[in-house]
Amino acid sequence: MKSLHISTTINGDPVEFICDPDEPLLDVLRNRLHLTGAKEGCGTGDCGACSVTLNGRLVCSCLVLGAEAQRAEITTIEGMAEGDQLHPLQRAFIDGAAFQCGVCTPGILVAAKALLEKNPSPTDEEVRYWLAGNLCRCTGYDKIIAAVQVAAAEMRSA
Amino acid sequence: MALDQAKREFRQVGTRPNRPDGVDKVTGRAQYGADMTAPGMLTGAILRSPHAHARIVSIDTSAAEAIAGVRAVVTGVDFTPQEDNFLRDVQENCMARDKALYDGHAVAAVAATSPAIAKAALKAIKVVYEVLPHVTDVDAAVKPGAPIVQAGRALENVPAGMSENVTNACEFGHGDLDAGFAKADLVIERSFKTAATHQGYIEPHACLASFTADGKADLWCCTQGQFFVRTLCSAIIGMEASQLRVTPSEIGGGFGGKTTVFIEPVALALSKKSGRPVKIVMTRDEVFKATGPTVSSSMDVRIGMTKDGRITAGEANLRYSGGAFPCGTCDMGAQAAFAAYDVEAVRTYGWNALTNRPKEAAYRAPGAPQAIYAVESVVDELCQKLGLDPLAVRLKNAAHKGTLSSYGPTFNEIGLEATLEAAKAHPHYTAPLGPNQGRGLSCGFWFNFGGNTCVSLNINTDGTVGVTEGNPDIGGSRASISLMAAEELGIPYENIRTIVADTNSLGYNDVTDGSRVTFSVGLATIKAARDAIAKMKARAARFWGIDEEAVDWVDGAAVPAGPNAGKFPPLTLAEIAATSPQTGGPIAGHYEVNVDGAGVSFGVHLVDVEVDPETGATKVLRYTVFQDAGKAVHPDYVEGQMQGGAVQGIGWALNEEYIYGADGRLQNPGFLDYRIPVASDLPNIETVILEIPNPGHPYGVRGVGETPIVPPLAAIANAVSRAAGVRLTELPMSPPRILKALKG
Repeated sequence: MKSLHISTTINGDPVEFICDPDEPLLDVLRNRLHLTGAKEGCGTGDCGACSVTLNGRLVCSCLVLGAEAQRAEITTIEGMAEGDQLHPLQRAFIDGAAFQCGVCTPGILVAAKALLEKNPSPTDEEVRYWLAGNLCRCTGYDKIIAAVQVAAAEMRSA
Repeated sequence: MALDQAKREFRQVGTRPNRPDGVDKVTGRAQYGADMTAPGMLTGAILRSPHAHARIVSIDTSAAEAIAGVRAVVTGVDFTPQEDNFLRDVQENCMARDKALYDGHAVAAVAATSPAIAKAALKAIKVVYEVLPHVTDVDAAVKPGAPIVQAGRALENVPAGMSENVTNACEFGHGDLDAGFAKADLVIERSFKTAATHQGYIEPHACLASFTADGKADLWCCTQGQFFVRTLCSAIIGMEASQLRVTPSEIGGGFGGKTTVFIEPVALALSKKSGRPVKIVMTRDEVFKATGPTVSSSMDVRIGMTKDGRITAGEANLRYSGGAFPCGTCDMGAQAAFAAYDVEAVRTYGWNALTNRPKEAAYRAPGAPQAIYAVESVVDELCQKLGLDPLAVRLKNAAHKGTLSSYGPTFNEIGLEATLEAAKAHPHYTAPLGPNQGRGLSCGFWFNFGGNTCVSLNINTDGTVGVTEGNPDIGGSRASISLMAAEELGIPYENIRTIVADTNSLGYNDVTDGSRVTFSVGLATIKAARDAIAKMKARAARFWGIDEEAVDWVDGAAVPAGPNAGKFPPLTLAEIAATSPQTGGPIAGHYEVNVDGAGVSFGVHLVDVEVDPETGATKVLRYTVFQDAGKAVHPDYVEGQMQGGAVQGIGWALNEEYIYGADGRLQNPGFLDYRIPVASDLPNIETVILEIPNPGHPYGVRGVGETPIVPPLAAIANAVSRAAGVRLTELPMSPPRILKALKG
């Protein structure tokens, strides 16, 4: 297989990389670009630990090819904070103890941010359904839902 | 170390500060097992048996070795056979030798310069199998004529004449069963089955091994216990413990499943053979097929009760299967089954049978959820039939201080009655229910563990403190350990940084299991802090020219006491630390102990469900967890344990199961078909923390991690049975099973 040369934007930075035609974006991010915040929990799109946005759309990066990043804008967990300023969701997750092991947290934060951009005032049920594609085995989701609502309220009043 | 009766007022313990690893974990910076890299690193990959049971006739690796970029291939013959049974089982579970014992059992491994080459190399390995008859069901495995998974593995206490698959037998209890049952007004006996479930941690197993030509090795891996990994790997590879340094990464969930090794010895063997660092990361399919699920079980329980709700006798027969290797989890199930009850006559029998399934690994309170599910289901049915309130009956029979427990010891201070009273007083218990809805409750129990623990606490010259502990932080424990150090030293939580060390930095620490970390590491941290305080008091005494005994430690400072009280201004920790180079050098506190006195843990869960009679689907409407934490050091993470354990139990009760086909192959090795609870399946999980101090800990702490997975199975089964009007006796209570039960 002939490798592809891809030009893209990741977290606002211009990035170029070489990848195989069948190489998932997740592998490119983790293995070639050392952006290891996105995690592989399943590789089949079932767990959401690899969530990123591609041109603003929430995707499982294990189900997207690296080649699809050509001329696209990608954001990952590494792009969520602005400098040393954490995003309100990140702060709410720490303040609200919304994670235990933390391995699903990057994906959940990326997914939750995408939700609040579409719907700044979700009900608990809307948060639960939006995050149904992000598996967490530690928390039972309770504190995650609460933390998303704390961040949503803060973002609405900002 | 006994409870400090004087120490019941806390300034920092019991507050909810941010965890020290919080920012790393919300920014993607925290490094988990698969995030480690090393220069020149190879990709390791494992070939696994497609058969449930097969003799390995031959393995030809020559074609794989000939592929450019393949640097090492190993099979079972590359590992020296172990004489010790335990080690042999661990080793052969990592790499089969003569027989493949389950679908997914490792038979060979490669290390190559890229994942694609590794994959091609696996395809090029030719394994000739002689397929053997298999058995995956525990009841089938104990029948005469069942395929024998491993011969000659029965322990001496297994009675003669049983199937050769039966490896362990145990018995616990006391009293005269016949006399007990004779006193009962109603005796109910039921049989139950529970499916094997997986811990379902989101992070697959991953490790990076680097073996150098001088016989030293480094291993980075996600594990619950780096010291135990070192013990196992050094024995399997044949090296001294001092030559292998194991560094734990951040861990992406474990729940007991990361207390042993699967890929680590293989990565070390590949690294040794190739002379390069080797990284192995499991796929999710491999995690399901080849790492430990729970036991599957088949159980009979008989309980007698008087008309007024007194349990007169109880008996349980528990048949567990821990997969293809001997497994002692039936002992823990048999001990836990009736632990919540003060019963005159009780007897439990446990058996383990081999099946062609992956080797069981611990999963949160291993063995207890199944047994207690069966017992609590029969108690509930007795309450229904006798028209008794199920909470009142639990209270009437509850174990308490002085009760001779069903497994031998006499209970000290325990929180079961207080926990039941809290459930009784909670509005949830009397809230109205609608049509097709039912309410269930169950008690839960876990022994809890202490174990080998050591902690170092270094006083930095700027007045901050570093705590070094040896137990991977699986749910916020660094925050709890820092809180206890801050409480004891009398300095702000923010001035303390707690880290989890590699195997060279501390003495042996037992695995993060048995709900032991906040209890044991906390205890050792408190003692290490007291050791440091004693040394700081000595420095102050010398500075003042008074006796060491005449110095107290108050609010983070040495103060002259007794006849010298008020003679000198206090010397703060920061002041003593700053001058330490001039007063004798660095100041550090240490403590090493094999901790006893863990203090058993009880919980009570209340759940409301609605069963859809058309689809058989169950919706959990309301859930409340009551649990005795002894002392909740960081209540957020105590609640988190209670919520997370409850939800894992909900999954076990309603959805999760290992499904084997007639061919003995696992049919659902992925999160799509092995469905763990998702956010939209669940209500909020309410929590009520009780604090009945554990006499075995200076602050009264009890472990809280495991008990919460115990009650949900029965609590939900009791709720579903009441909602559906028919008793469910098999888990999971998936929609087809509920529909079948409804149709009678």
